[in-house]
Amino acid sequence: MVVVGAVGVITRKHPVHAALSLVLTLFGVAVLFVIQQAHFLAAVQVIVYAGAIVVLFLFVIMLLGVDRVENLRTEPLTTQRPLAVIVSLGLIGILIAAFATGSGVLHERGSGILIPDSTTGSDANTIQLAKSIFSQYVVAFEVTSVLLVVAVVGTVLLARRIKDSVTEISK
Amino acid sequence: MIAFSLVPTASWYLVLSAVLFGFGTFGVLVRRNPLVMFMCIELMLNAVNLSFVTLARQLNDINGQTIVFFVMVVAAAEVVVGLGIIVAIMRNRSSVTADDLAELKG
Repeated sequence: MVVVGAVGVITRKHPVHAALSLVLTLFGVAVLFVIQQAHFLAAVQVIVYAGAIVVLFLFVIMLLGVDRVENLRTEPLTTQRPLAVIVSLGLIGILIAAFATGSGVLHERGSGILIPDSTTGSDANTIQLAKSIFSQYVVAFEVTSVLLVVAVVGTVLLARRIKDSVTEISK
Repeated sequence: MIAFSLVPTASWYLVLSAVLFGFGTFGVLVRRNPLVMFMCIELMLNAVNLSFVTLARQLNDINGQTIVFFVMVVAAAEVVVGLGIIVAIMRNRSSVTADDLAELKG
């Protein structure tokens, strides 16, 4: 399901269809998170990615009216596609080789991930993640909040300056 | 070496994340619509997140999941800024492909 969605993102001509394929992939990854006992991250994945980000994509597609069908047959740069195939397949091969050679050092060495069951409680993963974020990585957490504020202000500024120039032109 | 079995093991997830990353790279290199290129970047970020969660599970270490949390926050901020830039560019010109943005003059 994840791979089908990913193929859909890169092969569908219509941007809206690509966005919906992206939703399929993101949901699949969320399911894989649940399987691997990362329950909080699965919830965040569904809410933030499949909810907010894809809706943002669809909003921009509708707003700009760029939902024209892209012609995938034409190839503006010759030999770009074969090169892209070679590069991406090579990347996949290199990554798999890296995982294969590195799997020897993958042994348990952390302090342990709590698996929610009757003894640890149903929200053990969330509690453990919160303890990690708000104790060891609290500075990084604060920096991310600053980053979000900067991103919001910057986007508002980008959109607003365009609006001013449009009104000046209309005057 | 990677041991394959029908039950999904960590190597399955790692291979899947590698394949997802490769698809994302292919999409960024081939597609011309900036929005679809952004979606492919999201695909690559998700592949990295998947491998982080898998390795966190395998190493039995919660820090992997913490990093995935931060990656998600940064990806959200990146999408907001990127879409803002795309909207700002697209309002000035009606072109929809990345090739038309080659010149720097506004």
